[in-house]
Amino acid sequence: MAVRDDVVNAIAGFTLFADLTGPQLEEVVHIFDEAWFGAGERVLRQGVSGSGFYIILEGTAAIRVNDVERSALKPGDYFGEISCLLGEVPVADIVAATALRCLVLPGAQLEGFLTAHPRVMYRLLQGEARKLKNTTKWLS
Amino acid sequence: MAELAQKPFPPGRYQVVVVGSGPGGLQLSYSLTRLGIEHAVISDDAAPGGMFRRWPVFQRMLSWTKPFTGIERTSRAYERFDWNSLLADEESSRAVMPALMDGSSYFPSRPEMQRGLETFVERTGLKVRFGCRWESTKVVPSPARGGGQGGGQEFIITTSDGEYRAPVVVFAVGVAEPHRPPIPGLDRVPHYGDFRPVETYRDRRVFIIGKQNSGFEIATGLLPWARQLVLASPSPTKLSVNTRTLVGVRARYVQPYEDAALAGGVIILDTTIEAVQPHGAAYQVHTRNATEGREISIEADDVIAATGFVTPLSDLPTLGVATFGPSRLPAQTPFWESATVPGIFFAGTITQGAAGLKKHGVPSNSGAVQGYRYNARVLARHLAEARFGRRITRRQLEPETLVGYLLDELSRGPELWHQRSYLARVINLDRDQGITDEGILPLAHFLDAGGVDAVAVTLESNGRDDPYPAVYLRRNGSIGEHFMPPDPLLDFERSEYERQLRSVLDPVLTHSGAAA
Repeated sequence: MAVRDDVVNAIAGFTLFADLTGPQLEEVVHIFDEAWFGAGERVLRQGVSGSGFYIILEGTAAIRVNDVERSALKPGDYFGEISCLLGEVPVADIVAATALRCLVLPGAQLEGFLTAHPRVMYRLLQGEARKLKNTTKWLS
Repeated sequence: MAELAQKPFPPGRYQVVVVGSGPGGLQLSYSLTRLGIEHAVISDDAAPGGMFRRWPVFQRMLSWTKPFTGIERTSRAYERFDWNSLLADEESSRAVMPALMDGSSYFPSRPEMQRGLETFVERTGLKVRFGCRWESTKVVPSPARGGGQGGGQEFIITTSDGEYRAPVVVFAVGVAEPHRPPIPGLDRVPHYGDFRPVETYRDRRVFIIGKQNSGFEIATGLLPWARQLVLASPSPTKLSVNTRTLVGVRARYVQPYEDAALAGGVIILDTTIEAVQPHGAAYQVHTRNATEGREISIEADDVIAATGFVTPLSDLPTLGVATFGPSRLPAQTPFWESATVPGIFFAGTITQGAAGLKKHGVPSNSGAVQGYRYNARVLARHLAEARFGRRITRRQLEPETLVGYLLDELSRGPELWHQRSYLARVINLDRDQGITDEGILPLAHFLDAGGVDAVAVTLESNGRDDPYPAVYLRRNGSIGEHFMPPDPLLDFERSEYERQLRSVLDPVLTHSGAAA
């Protein structure tokens, strides 16, 4: 019956949750939902509103902008936070490259979750800084 | 019980085998029958009803049937207010539930629900091979002249009555296997399904693990009996009246929550359960709060695991059926086919495993009768067309009637009200073929499948406002979404809606052959 235990163990190794205690990790697993996508299935749809914040548990996904593949995502990576934080539609498709298992939080709950877990917010901010740095490098 | 030879559906080869005789299996069998798809229905139970033959423990449903609505009960529009009847084409088999409820509540009792399902079976003449237990499943290459198209394989379902073979098997077996999370000592405490007669909890301290509806249902029933009630789980309770969806504890069971809020004696904890230890004739429950890490040990005379159920998939995972989440639901395509083993489909409450878009975090109602009865009808049609080469006639629409038709669907279409942002009314706006009604389809399929210019309409909930119309327009292969504002009276046939919908559709209509 170790259905949820394996999720707690998986996220314990993710940078985003590196500062959380055992009970806090268990709470995260209860707050987030789990979602599963088959290879080729779209998780986020460019231009379609109402999506959420996703963290990959297993499998890989591709970021696709106007049908051009831009980047790949792996376990521990997350996506959807930009449209949740800005309240705007996703500017890219996220497509499952293999069978993909994720944790997901509805967009409207992200603010409450991050403010209740400031260490996760700091780690997320670091992640966003890294993305910004890479984009800046790519542009220059 | 009839002799084996007199039972319907003897072992053998069928186009489709349906396993289960709860509302999901019955609705699918009805819909397949109407489309002329030959199939067998087998069930381990002795009579129709599925889980409603036993549960809920306090013997009253959580889904309503509103008797007086001003709408003809046999009309399609009435289904929006009747969450419990199965769907039929003939008037005599529609809206079975309101006629047999005793009027004391708009939530039918469990026996009334069971009687409703039995009545539906009698009136529609559905057949089920009862007392036939599914034991194991195999997949083998199909013989050259096998049943369905494509796939090239068939399933062998071994049962207590013998072997069934079919290219398509639909499992409608509920999410009914008690689940206990891996908490030390929890394996020794009774589950929701083991609840004793309520008077045996008289003057006892009861610790309920789990703060979903099942935990609150038990707590509500125990309010006049238990000395103390503690409800605990890691994340805070949500209430349906706040989420404005079926997410969270339903209003029927909010009394213990109010009792806790007013400090009456019920205690609600957001805490991890670390262990449950026997302590004399009682239990000691060790908890640790996630936010402050505070440990509390609580003594209780009874501990109940209201920790949910998992899907009884038997050997299907060994065939490669992928599952996910705490209920171990099978991962499914938008048409409820196993995402990993083609040919295996699902009906009933298991179809919540095909999550759809879950816009704004709002799930479909596929976990409940009022949602999955429509999934079953869509699935029957999908199987008929995609697997058995049928072509169901589409209705042609005149361009000038389109806007009115879509607004009528948005105002009264029960599929759109019960399965918001999940099922949609789809109309093809093809240059050559004209305007055709494609019927009700999964929204995720519409958005991802591509195809000719088309429009899909559904209702959307965002957890904050009243439901509002959502229009998805596919033009030259790309999708645009358009929303109309909510209406406090839920009336989407006013002239503003007509104007708005027309402005969305006009650019496509003026270019389509039908309008030219």
